[in-house]
Amino acid sequence: MSKIKPSQGAPYARIMGVGGYRPTRVVPNEVILETIDSSDEWIRSRSGIQTRHWASDEETVAAMSIEASGKAIADAGITPEQIGAVIVSTVSHFKQTPAIATEIADRLGTGKPAAFDISAGCAGFGYGLTLAKGLVVEGSAEYVLVIGVERLSDLTDLHDRATAFLFGDGAGAVIVGPSKEPKIGPTVWGSEGDKSDTIKQTESWEAYRNGAPDKFPAITQEGQAVFRWAVFEMAKVAQQALDAAGITADDLDVFIPHQANERIIDSMVKTLKLPEHVMVARDVRTTGNTSAASIPLAMERLLATGEAKSGDTALVIGFGAGLVYAATVVTLP
Amino acid sequence: MAATEKEIVDGLAEIVNEIAGIPVEDVQLDKSFTDDLDVDSLSMVEVVVAAEERFDVKIPDDDVKNLKTVGDATKYILEHQG
Repeated sequence: MSKIKPSQGAPYARIMGVGGYRPTRVVPNEVILETIDSSDEWIRSRSGIQTRHWASDEETVAAMSIEASGKAIADAGITPEQIGAVIVSTVSHFKQTPAIATEIADRLGTGKPAAFDISAGCAGFGYGLTLAKGLVVEGSAEYVLVIGVERLSDLTDLHDRATAFLFGDGAGAVIVGPSKEPKIGPTVWGSEGDKSDTIKQTESWEAYRNGAPDKFPAITQEGQAVFRWAVFEMAKVAQQALDAAGITADDLDVFIPHQANERIIDSMVKTLKLPEHVMVARDVRTTGNTSAASIPLAMERLLATGEAKSGDTALVIGFGAGLVYAATVVTLP
Repeated sequence: MAATEKEIVDGLAEIVNEIAGIPVEDVQLDKSFTDDLDVDSLSMVEVVVAAEERFDVKIPDDDVKNLKTVGDATKYILEHQG
């Protein structure tokens, strides 16, 4: 039996840079009210959402990803050629193959990195981050580009008063690279496939192709069941991530939950008994729910506005269709 | 020990007060959570989870939609509490 040389990675990994891209078109609630019987007050009170961004034809999944990634690469202080792997999390890229990650990698001017897409709904960023950390520490890539990108406006039923106002478009990206200190904690993640009907695409592409129904597929969810799971079950997962990182809520500077709905965020903060000093991301108010993109977009905005700073300790938690979830404590870049 | 009807109504009143800021005296058996007490569908989930903990009862999502009034919730808890 031949002896196989072990791979050699970095001792630890960290997020080195973050970037975001929000489409140019800002869509206020008034536009949503053209197709549903509701009110600005109702939408704000149920979700906290005031505006969201919708992508134009030119703001494709690849184009938004490239914008966000360029900023993340610059923020990290590396060059595209140094990237060894590109991971894209999305549920709204409508071409099954090839993976959009390869086109993004090529257009960014990287060399020949490993490049692939993952599907983990609103937990996609946490899943990608966890894979990236593994690659860096294991030695398969020195620098990994993780992108969360969605055009959820393409999967929104504008006539469904329960969901029409929720979703937005955008891209968020981070560079994960080597570190001498642990700056990405253990991930607490998992799936609950028995709840796969709670958040889902209304019809499969196959059913749509075969003519039934005639309505383009959209994302639908059972609001109360999602709320209960997101608030009360995810608060437990968030606590487990703090425990796994060996810290308490008192040690946190920032809380960046998936930006699903501000009511979920409020209730999570209460259930977790987060101290007053913890800065809570509320990007959902002006960006809507952008699924896999929401956490890096919120992270980028908190850092850009100065509400959070480099070196802060942040708890990030994503949760969504699957149902799937991922929570990790990180040091902000 | 199982809670009495009065204890359940009093408990629900405290929970609704805590979550929605409604005065405890307004929480009566015949009151509708949505129409009379201004408890929306998401706050209702918070009320249900708080009630589950307080009265040692499980209220599945499918049953929550049938709890229109304080009386409905009280009856459900009386019949299902551990």
